Amino acid sequence: MRILKSPSLAVAALALLAVAALVVPHFLKSYGLYLLTYWLIYVMATMGLNLIVGYAGQKSLGHGAFFGIGAYAAALLLKAGISFWLALPAAMLLCFVAGLLIGFPALRVKMVYLAFATLGFNEVISLVFRNEEWLTGGTFGLSDIARPSLFGWSLDGARAYYHLVLVLTVLGFLLLRGILRSPWGKAFTALRDNPIRAESLGVNIQAYTLLAFAIGSAYAGAAGVLFGSLVQFIEPAPFSVQTSIMMYLMVVVGGAGYLAGPIIGSIIGVLAPEWLRFVEGWYLFVFGALVIALMVWLPGGIASIPDRLRERRKSKAASAARTAAAVANKLSKEVAA
Amino acid sequence: MTDFLQLVFSGCAIGSVYALAALGFTLLWQASGTLNFAIGEFVMLPAFAMLGFLAMGWPMALAFPATVLLSVLVLGWGFKRIVVDPLLRYGMMPLVVATIGLSLMMRNGVRAGYSAQAHPFPSIFGEQVFALAGVTVSAGDVGTLVVALLIVLGLQTFLQKTVTGRAMQAVAQNTESATVLGINVKRMVFYTFGINAVLAASAALLVAPVYLAKFDMGMHLGLKAFLAAIIGGFNNSRGALLGGLIVGIGENLAGAYISPAYKDAVALVLFLVVIIFKPNGLLGKTEERKV
Repeated sequence: MRILKSPSLAVAALALLAVAALVVPHFLKSYGLYLLTYWLIYVMATMGLNLIVGYAGQKSLGHGAFFGIGAYAAALLLKAGISFWLALPAAMLLCFVAGLLIGFPALRVKMVYLAFATLGFNEVISLVFRNEEWLTGGTFGLSDIARPSLFGWSLDGARAYYHLVLVLTVLGFLLLRGILRSPWGKAFTALRDNPIRAESLGVNIQAYTLLAFAIGSAYAGAAGVLFGSLVQFIEPAPFSVQTSIMMYLMVVVGGAGYLAGPIIGSIIGVLAPEWLRFVEGWYLFVFGALVIALMVWLPGGIASIPDRLRERRKSKAASAARTAAAVANKLSKEVAA
Repeated sequence: MTDFLQLVFSGCAIGSVYALAALGFTLLWQASGTLNFAIGEFVMLPAFAMLGFLAMGWPMALAFPATVLLSVLVLGWGFKRIVVDPLLRYGMMPLVVATIGLSLMMRNGVRAGYSAQAHPFPSIFGEQVFALAGVTVSAGDVGTLVVALLIVLGLQTFLQKTVTGRAMQAVAQNTESATVLGINVKRMVFYTFGINAVLAASAALLVAPVYLAKFDMGMHLGLKAFLAAIIGGFNNSRGALLGGLIVGIGENLAGAYISPAYKDAVALVLFLVVIIFKPNGLLGKTEERKV
């Protein structure tokens, strides 16, 4: 399991993150809390995408569609008076099934096709959100989405809701880590690293990939539910193809296949634009350039830096050892002569 | 019936533009294994370049060739040297990600640096409308279809009849044998990138009067070009033309007879149906899987 490979460093980073996540909110005003909650929601969504992209090795450019399906499904259920705690799993299940349905035809034939199928799927879902006014409210959207309460304890306030999202995101993280540590999850990685070998070892590639895709989609659905209750008003725009492309790039920039990848990627995609307000519209331009530069110099993403450094140190040590051995060899020959 | 013919005809016109973009996409894929996700932005940028030249007071007869030249330089040579060459050795996927980043960069560069508005673009064919055997057709549609078909046929002839074209095909089919036969593979791959840029600039000239020049005009166009390329057959240049026409006609008919709101969904539905029955596209050949 790679969070950051070296255990002490990983533990330190996690501890730091946990303390920050618990302490920082108490010093923030409501907009800061909103942003932090928004960031956590993106972490949740991109964790699911990381399972698809980083572990199952698929290209999905339609994650925003599942994000939207989750948000709309939960909003409609909440408006019908159904409890948040039922709406959340229901929306996730819906996304899981939708993932199976769209992934099946695309994955049956060729892996690359999934990228195009998901991109197209996102277009269609956006059209549905915009045009089916009787259901989705069209461009006017759905407003007054309720925030949940737990055992009669209202989670309506910004700080309380932040903590709910934090707990659910941590649970999502632990669940994902559990999945990936199980033998079942190891098959994912085997499949990404060498699909043909994995198949010859008896891994049913299509079933595993499809399942990874559906689970990842369910994560996006959960994130969508939390997003709807955060902003309390949803309309089609936040679930467009642009969102999907940004989510995909966040995973890749953060480090696909590293558990920390989505956390870092979401900082760059969600929090950084707020700090860099002064660059205005140029932010995405710079982000696009960063993606290209990263692919050239650091294809593994930011979370791969410790691995890269370690490899470099190892190869340096190995070459030093080789030189030493060669010198020793030469010396011993000279001595013998 | 005349309505139907009219829809089919204007569908052919827009479909032939999809075909131009799809053709560039398949050519790059065949010659160098590059999947270019920025294909839509490769059409958007020349449209703005042409608007720039026109604003400088140049006539279109000068603005278009200048744009083609600029496109070959920037979107052909520059794209290959700066993005594709350093990345291709890592395999297909980093390059896919980089072209997605590139499309984001181009789109938002135009939006932030120039304009977020839609700009009208002059049609080179005028605004006339004819009645042809009872079917009303616009000069724009006829001109678009004719020019696009001429470009596609001209390219086919070039690839099949000239030595350079055949060398390019050899590179596309088997790079190693082509090297052994003394073909300058690097140059042939560069030609492909150049042709892709020319196709994109031509598509811009034809489509911008209809779509208007806007920073995000490439998003729909790009998606439809990918889907058209796969529908027709990813590894076959003629497939791109067929796929483009099918998508264009299908969209127009569905928009009129089913629902105008879901016009943009047609390409996806056609794509899903085709890959279920013919995974390699309508005209595609089965590719051997490489271990």
